[in-house]
Amino acid sequence: MSDAAHKAMWEKLDLDIEAHDGLLAVLGKFYGDIYLSQEGRLKGAEYLDFVLSEVHGLRIREIQDAKAAGKKVVGAFCVFVPEELTLAAGAIQVGLCAGARAGAQQAETLLPRGACDLIKSFVGFKLARLCPYTESCDLVVGETTCDGKKKAYEAFGEHVNMHVMEVPQCKAPCDRTLFRSELVRYKDALEALTGNAITAGALAEATRLVNARRRALQRLAALRAADPAPISGRDALLVNQISFYDDPVRFTAKINELCDEIEARTAAKEGVAPAGTPRLLLAGCPMAVPNWKLPYLIESSGAVIVGEESCIGERNTRDLTDETPAGIDAMLDALADRYMKIDCACFTPNTERLTHIAAMAQTLRADGVIHYGLLFCQPYAHEALKVGKAMAAAGVPCLSVETDYGMEDAGQLKTRVEAFVETLR
Amino acid sequence: MTQYAGLDIGSRSIELVVRRSGGTVAARRLPTTFDPLAQLRALFPDGAPDRLAVTGYGRELARELFPQARTITEIKAHALGAASIFPQARTLLDIGGQDTKAIALLPGGRVGRFEMNDRCAAGTGKFLEYTANAFGIPIEDFGRLALAGTHAPRMSSMCTVFAETEATTLAARGVPPADIALGLHQTVVSRTVSMLARVGLAAPLAFVGGVARNPCVVRLLGEALGLVPLVPDAPDMTGALGAALWVEAEGA
Repeated sequence: MSDAAHKAMWEKLDLDIEAHDGLLAVLGKFYGDIYLSQEGRLKGAEYLDFVLSEVHGLRIREIQDAKAAGKKVVGAFCVFVPEELTLAAGAIQVGLCAGARAGAQQAETLLPRGACDLIKSFVGFKLARLCPYTESCDLVVGETTCDGKKKAYEAFGEHVNMHVMEVPQCKAPCDRTLFRSELVRYKDALEALTGNAITAGALAEATRLVNARRRALQRLAALRAADPAPISGRDALLVNQISFYDDPVRFTAKINELCDEIEARTAAKEGVAPAGTPRLLLAGCPMAVPNWKLPYLIESSGAVIVGEESCIGERNTRDLTDETPAGIDAMLDALADRYMKIDCACFTPNTERLTHIAAMAQTLRADGVIHYGLLFCQPYAHEALKVGKAMAAAGVPCLSVETDYGMEDAGQLKTRVEAFVETLR
Repeated sequence: MTQYAGLDIGSRSIELVVRRSGGTVAARRLPTTFDPLAQLRALFPDGAPDRLAVTGYGRELARELFPQARTITEIKAHALGAASIFPQARTLLDIGGQDTKAIALLPGGRVGRFEMNDRCAAGTGKFLEYTANAFGIPIEDFGRLALAGTHAPRMSSMCTVFAETEATTLAARGVPPADIALGLHQTVVSRTVSMLARVGLAAPLAFVGGVARNPCVVRLLGEALGLVPLVPDAPDMTGALGAALWVEAEGA
């Protein structure tokens, strides 16, 4: 597809072309510095490079073509939005990334200064007309996972067609009942949007599709237990990031190919860093495209990341939806059961997350854990302290960092990460 | 004889320690300025030794000039340097130009838990320098002025900029300069104490970095913690010393 065709498409989506060009230039430079500079990368990473280079190009074209054929597009910010239902309604679901500072000044007309960078980012992208995914959405689904997002959706809803799902904050039976009813409400909203009834057959097919993608990501996660590490944490994070917006069938096939290559590489005892390189598990807040700052700092400090305990990582892929129930009601029950297992910091208590982190550290043979909190994210800031204590009890060294999308703290952050890595040698 | 050099490139000053046959043979200190590369060239007119370890925030920069150099973080370097002077120390506090670090020391100068301030300069040498400047007195004399204070006003601002505003307000109310200076030193110490608590303060405490030259900070810290901090004769040289010791131990 030519640049001119891309541009015509972006104009049709009413993007701010000049600002959007600037964004793509920065993204390209950032990607070059952080990704293309890596040595010993997998051949399968070409898929990642291609998808990212066409992130606002070919994939948007596919989405536009699907829209022209009558499909609807649903945008989401959170792993609580059940893609099984979205796909069963014949719609496309895309994760809206919110990983860069853009339109921050405009965003602050709708948001308090103390909102986190992720919230400022999705509002900023919309107000500055920079994201072709946001502009392609027929519906954006929000969720009440934190006060910041919950209140931001009120303002955001004045600019996009919004559906807000209530996510409970506890895990008692009444909370599951609430979430089950929210699934029904979302199903009704999808049916109204698309004009398609969600049948048991369509939901079963969608569940198989989403599970297949989860299985491919689980397979990748398990292969990272190998020493030497067969894939960089940066590339693995990118795989998880791309899983939110690329076509699920293509993505699953490509990631399984990547895993085949990793198996061969592991059998040959090859990797992206020498055996014995300090191995770190990254835990905490989600890292949306292009929030690659911390993984880059870690992997340029003599360590390799072997797992992501995050929504853009294990939290999204750990649990499968049971495929055995028949009939819509039983399938909705299965969905409720699956999604209520998510160990998001919005729950109280959330002790299973601590167990999960310790188990991941052990399975992936991590030498330490780095906990990432996004500045002003209160739920994860609280849990950072708990994770620190739980890791001390488990005998796993842990470093907690809090940062945002800015680069001004990169020097101090690097010193802290490097000093932590020094203690692991 | 093989020489081992340790270089600490901080935000305010550059320190160099050279060791030979297990002893320190040279120690030098220069301001960092805004052209640290020129300062480094001046430091080594005949080229740097082969066995060179660099620490401090400018450690990567130095490799442009000295490709043979190896780098370690200032956290590790200060721990090694301080432990060589005070082997009994269990906790280390380093307050430098733009960073404050609290480090739990393990045997042999290894690093246990550590805490470091993030992007904000509150509680660092920069805070004292900035506020001393507002008083119109040299940073070297600021601690002595504060020691003359008797009634420290309770100051709430950790932020360097707000602290100056607060100091100005107090001065306008007629609070003596020495008391205000004492109050400003208190804010540095109270921030430091909470950092030390987070790493699990254990005595003895070694105190290094340029701010360890400030007698008021040393006294207030001792009072707040109920101990006497161990301060080396040249507290700003421990990072460079630690780097030199490290490259020496590596043999290489």
